[in-house]
This record gives sequence, C-alpha cells and structure tokens, in this order.
Amino acid sequence: MSATTQTPTTPASSTASKAARLLGDRRLPVLATAALFLAMYIGGLSRYQNYGFAEPQVFLNLFIDNGYLLVAAVGATFVILSGGIDLSVGSVIGFTTMFTAWLVERQGVPLVIAVVLALGVGSFGGFLMGYVIHNFEIQPFIVTLAGLFLFRGLCLVISKESISIGDASVSSLAQTRVSLGLGELSIGALLALVVLGIAFYVLHYTRFGRRVYAIGGNEQSAMLMGLPQGGTKIAVYTVSGFCSALAGLLFTLYIQSGDPLHATGMELDAIAAVVIGGTLLTGGSGYVIGTLFGVLVLGLIKSLIQFEGTLSSWWTKIATGVLLCAFILIQRAMTARKKT
Amino acid sequence: MTTTSRWRALTHHHLFWPVAVLVVLLLVNVPFTPDFFSIKMTDGHLYGSLVSIVLFGSPLILVAVGMTLVIATGGIDLSVGAVVAITGALACSYISDQADQSALAGVLLAMGLGLLAAVVCGLWNGFLVARMGIQPIIATLIIMVAGRGVAQLITDGQIITINSEPYKLIGGGYWLTLPFSIFVVAVVVAVTVVLTRRTALGLLVESVGGNAEASRLVGIRSRRIKIMVYVFCALCAGIAGLMISSNTSAADGNNAGLWIELDAILAVVIGGTSLLGGRFSIGGTVVGALVIQTLTTTIYTIGVPTQTNLVFKAVVVIIVCLLQSPKFRAKVFSARLGAKSGAQGGGSPSAPAPAGTTAAATEAAPKMEVS
Repeated sequence: MSATTQTPTTPASSTASKAARLLGDRRLPVLATAALFLAMYIGGLSRYQNYGFAEPQVFLNLFIDNGYLLVAAVGATFVILSGGIDLSVGSVIGFTTMFTAWLVERQGVPLVIAVVLALGVGSFGGFLMGYVIHNFEIQPFIVTLAGLFLFRGLCLVISKESISIGDASVSSLAQTRVSLGLGELSIGALLALVVLGIAFYVLHYTRFGRRVYAIGGNEQSAMLMGLPQGGTKIAVYTVSGFCSALAGLLFTLYIQSGDPLHATGMELDAIAAVVIGGTLLTGGSGYVIGTLFGVLVLGLIKSLIQFEGTLSSWWTKIATGVLLCAFILIQRAMTARKKT
Repeated sequence: MTTTSRWRALTHHHLFWPVAVLVVLLLVNVPFTPDFFSIKMTDGHLYGSLVSIVLFGSPLILVAVGMTLVIATGGIDLSVGAVVAITGALACSYISDQADQSALAGVLLAMGLGLLAAVVCGLWNGFLVARMGIQPIIATLIIMVAGRGVAQLITDGQIITINSEPYKLIGGGYWLTLPFSIFVVAVVVAVTVVLTRRTALGLLVESVGGNAEASRLVGIRSRRIKIMVYVFCALCAGIAGLMISSNTSAADGNNAGLWIELDAILAVVIGGTSLLGGRFSIGGTVVGALVIQTLTTTIYTIGVPTQTNLVFKAVVVIIVCLLQSPKFRAKVFSARLGAKSGAQGGGSPSAPAPAGTTAAATEAAPKMEVS
C-alpha cells in the first residue's frame, strides 16, 4: 500500500473510515490519470485496430521510447514533492549525453568509468544546487535556472558539434532486448522501471521519503518537529541530479550520440508528467506511480499522433497543454473540496 | 562614523547592487574596446555599443517590466515566451496574406490582432490564477507548453518572412536618430511608472502581493488587480513579440522569444524585486534587463569563445544572486569585517556586530535556523 497507511494512525475505527475516505480522495488524481490512459489506449485500439495498434509491443514501446523521461520525471517528483522545482533536468540530460560521448569517443575512457563519472557529475551538480538553495535561501527557481544555463553551457564547451558513439559495447547494449513473453523491453526501459520501483520504496517506506513529504507539506511544521530540513532538501536535489544524469545515460543509449542541443526543454515534459500524474506542485501530496501514468499518457499522445499520420508534431504540444490544463483544474476542484 | 553611515545608506539602497553590477560590467568592456562609450553619428543615426545594448535589450526590458508587476503580486508568468511567439506569428501571417504588405492600415490591423491575442492569453492566465486560484507557475505553464504549438499552428510550422516597411519600423527602424524601439520602451516604462507610483495602483499591487487575503478584507479587489497584471504582462510580451518579429522581418513559431521568460525573471530578480512578491522596483528591473543585455554584449566584445557564453552567464547569475542573498552577505562580509576588527585589537564597531553575532549563531546551530 502506500505511505499514509504505514504511518501509525490512531486505532479508533471511526477515524479509520474517515482516513480511508481521505485516502480515496488523495488517490483520485492518480486514478483519473490511469483512467485517462486506459481511455486513450482503448480509443487508439478502436481507431487503429487495422494498423497493428493492438500488438502488445506497441504498449511496451511506450516504455522503450520514454524510459529516459520516466527516470527524469521520477527525479522531478522528489523535488516537487518537497515543494521545490528543478529546471536543470533537461540541461543535465543533454550534458550527460555529451559528456559520455566525449569520454568514450574522444578520450577512450572505458564505458563503465564514463558512466560512473557522468552519474557523479550529475549528482554533484544537484548537490551544489541544493546546498545553495538551502544555505543561502535563494529561490530554487533561480538557482536551478543558473544550473540550466551552466550545464547547457558546459555541453557547448565540450563540443559544438554532436558526437556519435560508435562504441561496440554501447550499440550492443542499446540493441539488447529482454523478452517478456508478449513482447520485449530494452535495457533502458527495464532500468527505468527499476528506478521507479526504488523511488516508490524510498518515498513510501523509508524515513527519508516521509521527510520529503513532511517538508513539502509544511516546511515550518517539519522544522518545528525537528526534522533535518537542510539535509533533506540537499538530498532531494542530489537525487534529482542523479536521476537526470541517469536519464541522460538512458537517452545516450537510446540515440547513441551526444549533442549539445539534446533534451532542450525536457524539464517541462518532466514537470508536466509529474503534474498530470497528480502530484501537487505546492508539494507534500502525490504518488510516484502517478508520475509513471503521466509519462505513459505523454508517450501515448506521441504514438497516437504517429499512428494518425496526418497530424503535425506541434499537436503534441497543444495536446500536452490541454491535458495539463484539465488536470490542474481537476486538482484544483479536489483541493477546494477538501477544504470545505 | 558619518562616512560609514552614508556608505551603509548607499549600499542599502535597493538600486545599489544592480547598478554596481551594471557599472562593473560596462567598465569590464573598456580595456577590450577602448571606444566602448563613444557614440557616433552616421547617416543621421546614432551608433555605438551603448545604443545597441538598449536596442537589443528592448524586448527584454518590456517583458521584464510586465513580469515585475506579476511577480509583485506574488505570481510568476512563464508564458511570456509563448506569447511573444504567438503575437509575432499572428501579425506576420496576417501581413503576409495582404496584397500590399506596406499598407499602413493592414500593418496596424495586424499589430492589433497580435496584441489582441496577447491580451486573450493574459486574460486566460489571470482567470486561472485569480478566479480558479491555481498556482501561477502551473497556470502559466499551460500556455508556455501549448502556446508554442499554437504559434507553429499559425505559421504552419514554417518561418514566415515578410517585406513591410511600416512593420519594420517597430523593431528595426530609426526615429529622431535613435532606434524607434527605444521610444516604445521609454513610453511603456514611463506609463508603468506613472500608473504605479503616481496613483494608488502600485500600492494596491504590492498589498495584493504582500497578503492577498488581507488586502481583500481591507476592500481591495485583489482578483481584479491580479487579472490586470497578467493582462499587462501579456500585453508587454505582445509588444516585445512585435518588436522581435519586426526586427528580423520574420515569424518563427519555434524560436521567437525562446527562454525570454527565464531572462525576464532573472532581470526582475537582479533588479531586486523579491520573487515572494509584495514589493517591486521598475527601475531595478530596467537596470536588471540592461545588465543581462550588457552581459551578452560583453561576452561578444571581450572575445569569450561563444560556446562558453552560457557558462559565463551562469557564473554571473550565481554571483549576482549570492551577492543579493542577505544570508550570504552576512556570512561572508561580516566574517571578514569581524576578522579585521579583531586584528586591530579595538572593540568592534557597532555596525558589524549584530551581523557577526547572527552569523555566529547560524554557524553554531545550523539546524535551528529561524527565519
């Protein structure tokens, strides 16, 4: 189950039923997203049944094509749950693709070391941003904006041209498919699901996860309760930096090249996925599973537009915006009801 | 003692840090281009680095001024970049459909259409924020994401180029020896300053940003004020959009005004307006926008390799933000002052003492910060 059932509640049965109703309420956005995903999928099935939409592989491709976005969005979920925001996601992803490609292709560094270095740089970047946000009380928005500029700039410092990766182990890794009976998944998609599982465990079953929720819910109360606010905040941004770097590695695997313009604006996709997944941008409420559905919905929009064939790519943006709007209004209606 | 108190009064003025940064940035250019401050008269037009900083910075100043008022009400508007794109796309596509692209009536109508679209975007943002009570950062995220799609829809994914003399004037023309856009910016800034500082409007905006609920109870129609600032911000972005598309004589739904919202927010913050709302400084914002534009120009003139200019920008942003963080100043400067007074062996002067004690307190108990 989830975090709220884990927290010790008063044993009285009357409060239990009340709590259950509240729980139902809290899960509503996630359920709504899941229902929307199902509805869109069924709609796609009925419309494109002659074009092979019903094949399980179409569904699994959603994970293969959006694994990196899922990892990035999981990182963003941590930050948003804690009441912050991280705008540097897309830049860190771009930087990681560039950095790995440069290390492997130009410097001849073994792939394993390059991966460790890339993850280290991403996490350290996140740590630095968290440190500045907490210790100097500068708005997360501005600090991570500086991070956005910094990492995008570092991409260009490495090289202005894109570097394609010809390394044999990378391409064999990228082409490896794990059979699931009905279809197959790539290494990247599996890794993304593992990250999702770990994030679910950390957020709902560990002390750190509860601190994230507590700080996002009300920073002042969390502090008065004696929670180590600074450490948690810094850790949250470090997690986001790590996830972004990992997403960058998956993206590298997915397109097998580094380019200074890769993943421009992906922070918006990540934030949109988190919001569509039902996490409140004010923090303190939401589920990482919702983020999974948010990413799947965004991915499904893309594949529906591909199946339609006649629609141009900008309809993706418009559809994302409309969905965002709908979900924000649903969230708003729900929080308004809770108050009364 | 009087000099220190005067110095303190000066450094505590809200424009001190932004102006100091701007002056330093301008001076940095002098060793690299000795005639940086000179302004030449050629063909009846004024040319010079300072003129071009203002010319290229004018869309940013406009957007940032609008953003200031939104931020003063405790909000934020992420959609300005998309509004810039939509306005430019609409105006250019209307002009390109005309038989005579230089006809004044058609150009005016095109501009009206573009600005109307901008106002509609602003109304939508204001409606979501003020009526529906949605967090501004999310409410405006909608148009930020969808708006670029709409702009591409208008231009059909193409870059529309036009050839229209009157339209060219707004962003690239000259009037009275100066670039015309400088006059547009001057008028908008003057009108904003007069409206906010000579009438009660500015006070109302600040009170809404300070505490929306309290100001509603006092009798201020805070919803109306909020809708108004979002419309104003979108209108400013619309004018900036006309300027950008006019300067290049083209509308690019994908790239026009890309990241201008981030630059504008940065300009506002550099100008000393708190992102928390409740207080604003139009003058500071103008200086902040000029700082950003000067930074870009400086990067080009001192010959920093172009690929490193984003890193350079990031470093400057970090330094400026750290300098403006009271906590950072307390930690760094008071530590230095304390060391100096200790070395002199005299009793510490009264000025740095309180700052020193707070810094010591925060260092002693970093986990018990009460702000």
